[in-house]
Amino acid sequence: MALSNEYIQEKLVEKFNDQVFQFSTDSGILSFESSAEINLKVLQFLYDESSLGFTFLTDLCGVNYPDHSGAELVVVYHLHNFIENIRIRYSISVPEAKPDVFTATKLFESANWMERETYDFFGINFIGHPNLKRILNVDEMDYFPLRKEFPLEDQTRIDKDDEMFGRG
Amino acid sequence: MRPVRFNLNPKEANISEAISMGKAPDGVGGDGFFATQLSSVVGLARKNSLWPLPFATSCCGIEFMATMASHYDLARFGSERVGFSPRQCDLLMVMGTIAKKMAPVLRQVYLQMAEPRWVIAVGACASSGGIFDTYSVLQGIDQVIPVDVYVPGCPPRPEAIIDGFMKIQDLVGQESIRRRNSEKYRDLLNSYGIQ
Repeated sequence: MALSNEYIQEKLVEKFNDQVFQFSTDSGILSFESSAEINLKVLQFLYDESSLGFTFLTDLCGVNYPDHSGAELVVVYHLHNFIENIRIRYSISVPEAKPDVFTATKLFESANWMERETYDFFGINFIGHPNLKRILNVDEMDYFPLRKEFPLEDQTRIDKDDEMFGRG
Repeated sequence: MRPVRFNLNPKEANISEAISMGKAPDGVGGDGFFATQLSSVVGLARKNSLWPLPFATSCCGIEFMATMASHYDLARFGSERVGFSPRQCDLLMVMGTIAKKMAPVLRQVYLQMAEPRWVIAVGACASSGGIFDTYSVLQGIDQVIPVDVYVPGCPPRPEAIIDGFMKIQDLVGQESIRRRNSEKYRDLLNSYGIQ
């Protein structure tokens, strides 16, 4: 019997009650959220539980919602079950003032570099990470480029015509 | 008859049309001697034997590969031997997008070149950052090293790269031999933080 989204949702609610919420299905992938403190417990449960078996971390990325005060930075985990070929999306949100998230490196080795990238671009601090430093940008950079507050363009240019770029 | 589909009526090749003589520098000539300025002779020798260092990073590097290939042949201009060691090359050809992380590396390569050295920025990304106006791309290599010729294009056609190369040849041929020791040159390098 193939694993279904409803079954996964049932198991999660059974274990975590109302600590997991916002269940939805976008393009066939079950997505849910929880608060940041229990992220390792949820990931461990999805990994260990034999009927669920989400043992592969496909992606770990960040999102910035500047309008959601108190939950500006979101970390999204995409987990995959190879045997049943099912994917789920799990997101946790943290406030910008204190963007602390427990690291998933002990569970998934690939989270190591992915968390470094998320730190580099969003500034999310992963507690317990073995080597949290910038991975793609210049080491001396002191801002986090993919946050919405920072402009896409390099500010050293003085010759760009605002009219042509829709800002005139 | 040759079993061919094309070139069935070939034109007779005329060797005298195919060769062009270069212009000699100004000087006094005679039977077995030619007297001219040292800088002209040195310039002539240097410009026809520039050894480029292809610092090819992205798409413009592919156009450079086409330029070095047989159809557009850069070797005709004397740059038969491309070297990848800055110690042995005269011309640094920066072709492609230079990220901010790559800028110190590029600077180090430039510093390792021996005088006289020239730099050509091939393509839009090397000249000014190109279409990549973001936090990660260096907006033009002239922010870190002095550039002699800029070749615009995205990517520039091999003919354009050759045109840029010929402009470098003009610069090399007319350069004064004391330029590298002059105050002005030293000030230029100081403005880039190079002693």
